[in-house]
Amino acid sequence: MTQSPTTDAAPVMRVEHARKRFGDTDALKDVSVELRPGELLALLGPNGAGKTTLIRSIAGRVALDAGTIELFGRAADAANARDALGVVPQDLALYPLLTARENLETFGTLHGLRGAALRERVERALEWTALADRAKEPVRRFSGGMKRRLNIACAVLHEPRVLLLDEPTVGVDPQSRERIYEMLDGLRTSGASMLLTTHQLEEAEARCDRVVIVDHGTVIAEGTLAELVERTTGRALQVELKLDRRPGEGRVTGEWRDGRLVTQLPDLVNALPALLDRVRAAGCTVEDVHVIRPSLQSVFLHLTGRELRE
Amino acid sequence: MIAALLRAWFTTLRRDRVAQAMVFLLPIVFFTIFANVFGGRSGATPRVSVAVADESHSALSARLVRALGNEKSLKVTTAARDVDAPKSAPERPLTRERATRMVKDGDVPVAIVIPAGIDTSMMRFAGDTTVARVTLVADKSDPIAPQVVIGLLQKTAMTAAPDLLARNGIADFGRATGGLTSQQQKSVDEWLPRLAADTAASATDSSGAGALLPVDIEDVMGQDQGAMMISFYAAGIAVMFLLFSCSGGAGSMLDELDSGTLERVISSRIGMNGLLVAKWLYLTLLGCLQITVMFLYAMLVFRLPLLSHLPGFAVMTVVTAATAAAFGLVLATASRTRAQLSGISTILILAMSALGGSMFPRFLMSDAMQKAGLVAFNAWALDGFVKVFWRNAPIAALAPQVGVLLAFLVAFATIARVLARRWERA
Repeated sequence: MTQSPTTDAAPVMRVEHARKRFGDTDALKDVSVELRPGELLALLGPNGAGKTTLIRSIAGRVALDAGTIELFGRAADAANARDALGVVPQDLALYPLLTARENLETFGTLHGLRGAALRERVERALEWTALADRAKEPVRRFSGGMKRRLNIACAVLHEPRVLLLDEPTVGVDPQSRERIYEMLDGLRTSGASMLLTTHQLEEAEARCDRVVIVDHGTVIAEGTLAELVERTTGRALQVELKLDRRPGEGRVTGEWRDGRLVTQLPDLVNALPALLDRVRAAGCTVEDVHVIRPSLQSVFLHLTGRELRE
Repeated sequence: MIAALLRAWFTTLRRDRVAQAMVFLLPIVFFTIFANVFGGRSGATPRVSVAVADESHSALSARLVRALGNEKSLKVTTAARDVDAPKSAPERPLTRERATRMVKDGDVPVAIVIPAGIDTSMMRFAGDTTVARVTLVADKSDPIAPQVVIGLLQKTAMTAAPDLLARNGIADFGRATGGLTSQQQKSVDEWLPRLAADTAASATDSSGAGALLPVDIEDVMGQDQGAMMISFYAAGIAVMFLLFSCSGGAGSMLDELDSGTLERVISSRIGMNGLLVAKWLYLTLLGCLQITVMFLYAMLVFRLPLLSHLPGFAVMTVVTAATAAAFGLVLATASRTRAQLSGISTILILAMSALGGSMFPRFLMSDAMQKAGLVAFNAWALDGFVKVFWRNAPIAALAPQVGVLLAFLVAFATIARVLARRWERA
């Protein structure tokens, strides 16, 4: 993280009571979300939860049945309100037969850049994406990671103050992913606020300031990771002991799962030696010990009852 | 195992309506069009339009005109308004000049000019310079109509006025042999009125032929027929492939829809209106280039007289390309997938090309087929090119074609804009 978001300032974007129905399906039932200045907010949810519908409605591609969307205190549909918005689609929305530079020039022009300003920002974008040495190659020859970087760059040439990213790191290798997050950190340093959807819980946990979890078109949790853990699984650490045999009934507190004793310990330092003593006293041998910190994964599982990728 | 594959493929075909149309509907559509083009469902000979200018004003010419009018294979026009006269102006009997103008304008492929003195010229022998000769003013680009009219003219002369033919023949015979005896002359005089009466009562079912009526053919178009056919096919093929390239070019929007590029573009400042205008402009310029390349090639290799028709060519090319571009936008915005677009456009464009005259000149089709062809905008485009290259029409004469094409353009653009709304906002 590059900087802490400003929590007491007015949100740069506010969605309130958004509802959208496609046929018989409620894509958004009553979604309210705020994006704070300088914040990187993760939007999590299983497939079909309503994430993309929410992103597209903020971008103006989906008309809400009810609810409001504001950008910097103005209705998003007001004239020029969305000029402050950059959208990185999940698809690689590039012209494959154009070079990296030509793609940047095209989308920069479509966002109103001209002349020297356009040239200067295209050069900067090529450096920023580490594609300067491949600037004259058609995009179709690029790797997935290179295309993803260019896909982001095309959306930020006009220097939007709010950036929506729909799965910006899907299908890319760890190095490219790291590079993409470095790019996003650079944007945040320059003052951009971002809302991103991802299936990578570890990424959301490590990179984002706050998390909004949606399921079945409804926000089911919202907050920082610590807040979510506090509200769901609790701060207790999970300890898993691999034993040579199951201890006798009532001798040790915990749940027996696949040859492992699983238990929650709020005070690990003091409680773990006592637990090990009890296990040994029960005649068992400890073969392995795992201490698991409460994570977004466990929060998500707790809230939705299923893995994110289901 | 083979049965399993057959079942899978037939099930796929059953659910793919476009493929069904390609397999079953397209051949039937083509068959219907060409069956109508070449002879019609009843097998009857298509009617030939013919203008008749009677400069003779004799009993014979009146009988000839009446008999021509009774011919089922001919559609005879004997009067028309003056050129540039308002629609309310009365029609006047055709003169040689007006009938010739009708041929030049493409209103009729043939005009018959019956000269003064024709009543004494029938059945006269060749070499007599005093003989008045019927003039057949023809557009030879239509290779069939003049021949049909010559044959029918001779037949009509034989059946409509056999008494005059006989009288003139006997007079020639008399001059050559020293004359008939008074007894022979008396018998002839009694016989000729009976011959006239019999003819008047009979139908026009005689098959008389031969050069009974001296006829000269005058080609008013004055161009090499081969060069004219080249200009026709240059236009016909260019317009057909223009439609294909416009539909393919507009179809790139469906690729862009799949890749997300379309959404990114319409999310930018340009919006959907800007995108459609840009695509239309791109297709129009591409179309102009495509037609120009085709005609340049025809000029260089087949000596098409492009440079002498440049203004008309430019007008027709721009208007045709602009309309075809809008048509391409309609096809693309109406299609859900690229495959659907490909199937629909193949069916539509081939049918339109056959009906509109890209494959067979419309003016050689029957009246009904010519009228049916007018629903296809490419027919108007081809008519315009034909006017430019065949009839040497001035640009002002292209007004009907240009007007209709522009009306099609506005309609297509409106439809495409309405259909594109589904891409705009869900």
